[in-house]
Amino acid sequence: MSTETAPAGSIPTFAIMPEALTAIERHGIETYPHECCGALLSSGDVIIATFALANSTDGPAARRFLVGPDQYRRAEQWAAERGGTLAGFYHSHPNHPARPSQTDLEYAWPNFLYIIVSVVEAVPRDITCWRLREDRSAFERGDLRSWRTES
Amino acid sequence: MAHRILIPTPLRPYTGQLGEVEADGPTVGDVLSALTLRYGDLRRHLYADDGKLRSFVNVYVNDEDIRYRDKERTPLNPGDVISIVPSVAGGAPVSAPEALPELTNDEVQRYSRHLIMPEVGVDGQRRLKAARVLCVGAGGLGSPAALYLTAAGVGTVGLVDFDAVDASNLQRQILHSTRDVGRSKLQSARDRLSALNPEVHIQTHETMLSSANALDIFRDYDVIVDGADNFATRYLVNDACVLLKKPNAYGSIFRFEGQASVFATPDGPCYRCLYPEPPPPGLVPSCAEGGVLGVLPGVIGTIQATEAIKLILGAGRTLAGRLLLYDALTMKFRELKLRRDAECPVCGDNPTVTALIDYEQFCGIPRAAAAAPAALPAELETSVEQLRAGLDAGNPIYVLDVREPQEFQICRIPGSTLIPLGQLPARLAELPGSSDEREIVVHCKSGARSAKAVRLLREHGFDRVTNLRGGILAWIDKIDPTLPKY
Repeated sequence: MSTETAPAGSIPTFAIMPEALTAIERHGIETYPHECCGALLSSGDVIIATFALANSTDGPAARRFLVGPDQYRRAEQWAAERGGTLAGFYHSHPNHPARPSQTDLEYAWPNFLYIIVSVVEAVPRDITCWRLREDRSAFERGDLRSWRTES
Repeated sequence: MAHRILIPTPLRPYTGQLGEVEADGPTVGDVLSALTLRYGDLRRHLYADDGKLRSFVNVYVNDEDIRYRDKERTPLNPGDVISIVPSVAGGAPVSAPEALPELTNDEVQRYSRHLIMPEVGVDGQRRLKAARVLCVGAGGLGSPAALYLTAAGVGTVGLVDFDAVDASNLQRQILHSTRDVGRSKLQSARDRLSALNPEVHIQTHETMLSSANALDIFRDYDVIVDGADNFATRYLVNDACVLLKKPNAYGSIFRFEGQASVFATPDGPCYRCLYPEPPPPGLVPSCAEGGVLGVLPGVIGTIQATEAIKLILGAGRTLAGRLLLYDALTMKFRELKLRRDAECPVCGDNPTVTALIDYEQFCGIPRAAAAAPAALPAELETSVEQLRAGLDAGNPIYVLDVREPQEFQICRIPGSTLIPLGQLPARLAELPGSSDEREIVVHCKSGARSAKAVRLLREHGFDRVTNLRGGILAWIDKIDPTLPKY
C-alpha cells in the first residue's frame, strides 16, 4: 500500500481480497443496527484479512464505535502474528451513507486506511475507503478494488 | 536518562518507520516533548491545537495508562518503557440530509395529515423520522411532550427519569395510568408510547440526571425538552445544552402559570441570560409544595413539543429570543423579548463556565441536608403516639395546625386550631400565653413548616411548645388511617 498522497485529480487505489470485503459486509449485517468495527491486515499492497473487534463505545453503539487501547494492542499483535501490517480499521454506518463523519475525522489517525460500509435495513450498500490528509483537515477518498478483478 | 518509546504503526512514517525510538527526560511530558522536537510531524497527531494530548492518544508507562497516574507529569524511573497506543473511534454522522430514512407505505398513511402540508411534506416527515429528541423528566411536562413527539413520528424519543409513579402524579402526568401506580415511570412511559406508535424507538435512561452523565446522555440527541421540576436540574440542562450546542425547548409551570422558550440556539439566549442566579432555596415552592393545575403542563408541554418539531423541520419562527408567559386563570399569553447576554457566564463572549459544575451547590442545596427537613432537637419534638396519649388522658394540649386552609379542609387532627404559618407572626395573641397551663403542639403536613413555627414561637417567648414529628401524615399512618392522605 502506498503511504503517499495521490497527486491532485487522481484517486489512490487500494486492493482488497474479496474475502476480506465479504467479511466486512457480513460483520456489518451481524451487528446491525449497531456499528461494527474491526482491524485490517495488509501484506505488501493488498488488504488480505480482517479481524473483528468488539465495539467498546460507552455511547450509543448505533452511532459510535470505539477501539480502545487494549483492543488496539490486540489488533497490532494479531497483525504481527500473521506477519503482516496493521493497515487500518473498518466500521459500519447503519442507515447512513458510507462517508466519514465529523467524529470520524476528529478521531482519525494518519496513514491508516479507514473502510466504511453503509448498512441500510440490515443490507450492506456502499463500501468506501478513506485516508486522513496530512494536515488533518479532511479525509481523502480512495478507490477500493477487489484484488482478483484487478489482476 | 534515555527511555524507550514504542511507536504505533500509523505514526511510524514520522519516525523513519522505526517502531521504537529513544528520548530523554524526567517525566512523560518531557520525553514526549523531546520526541516531537526530533520528529516534528508527530506533534499535530499527538497534540490538539490547545496543546493538550488528543483524547484518542493513550500513553502508557510500562502497562499503566498515565491518566491514572500524574498524566504528563508522571515521573519516570530508569528502564521505564513508554507506549503510545491509539484508540480508534468514529461513528455515523448525527444527521446527514441525504441520508434521511425513507417512509414506508404505513408511515405515509399514518402521517398523511402532515405530508399534505408544505411546511412538513415528505422531506419534513423524513427529518422527523431521523430526529432524536430527549425529554428530561417523564412527569407533567414530559408526558404531553413525549406523547405528541411520538405521535408525530420523531424517530427516537428519549426519556430521563428515575422516579416511580405516585397516585398524586395522575392528575397531570398523562403518560401514566391508575394501574401504573408504584411502577417505574419509564416502564410505564415506554408501554404507553409504544402502544401509541410502535415504530418510534423509545430510549429510556433510568437514572438521576447529573453533571457526571448529562453530556454523555445529551450528546446523541438533536433537541432537548426540559421538563425538570427543580432549579438544579434546570441549570444543569441549560449548561449541558449550551456546551453541546443543542437547542433546549424549555418549559416550567407553577399553580396556574407557565413559561416556555427555546434556549441555546446559535446566537440565541440561554436560561442563564434570563436568570443568571437561582433563587435562594425555599423561596420558590415546587409543584409538590405549591400545587399545580393538572391541565397546565398539558398546555406548556405541548408548546415544548411544538417548538421541538419546528426546530427539527426548520419551519416557522421558534421561541428563541422570546419568553412566553401563560396565565391559565385569566387565559392570557404574554411575551417578553430575550437577548443573549454577552456577559453570560456560560453562553457569553468570555464564558467562565466551560464544564458542568455542582448544581446542587450552585442552587444552595447543602448536599447532606437536601432531603432532610430542618431538624429540631429531640426535646422540642412530640411523637404522634405521645400526642394521642396526651389527648386521650385529657391533658391540656393546644394543637396548632400551621397548614393552609385548603389543606385543613382535606384532613385535620380533631380539636386542632388553624393558623397558617404566614399569618402566625400577626396572630400570636390568639395562642395560650405563659399564664396558660396548656402546652402547644404544632403540626403541618410532614413537619417542616411546623418546625419553623416552633422556632418562631420560642423566639417570642413561648417555652412550652413542641413540633409534631412527621406531621399529619405520621398521624394518619400511625393513629387514624381513615383520614385521606394528600
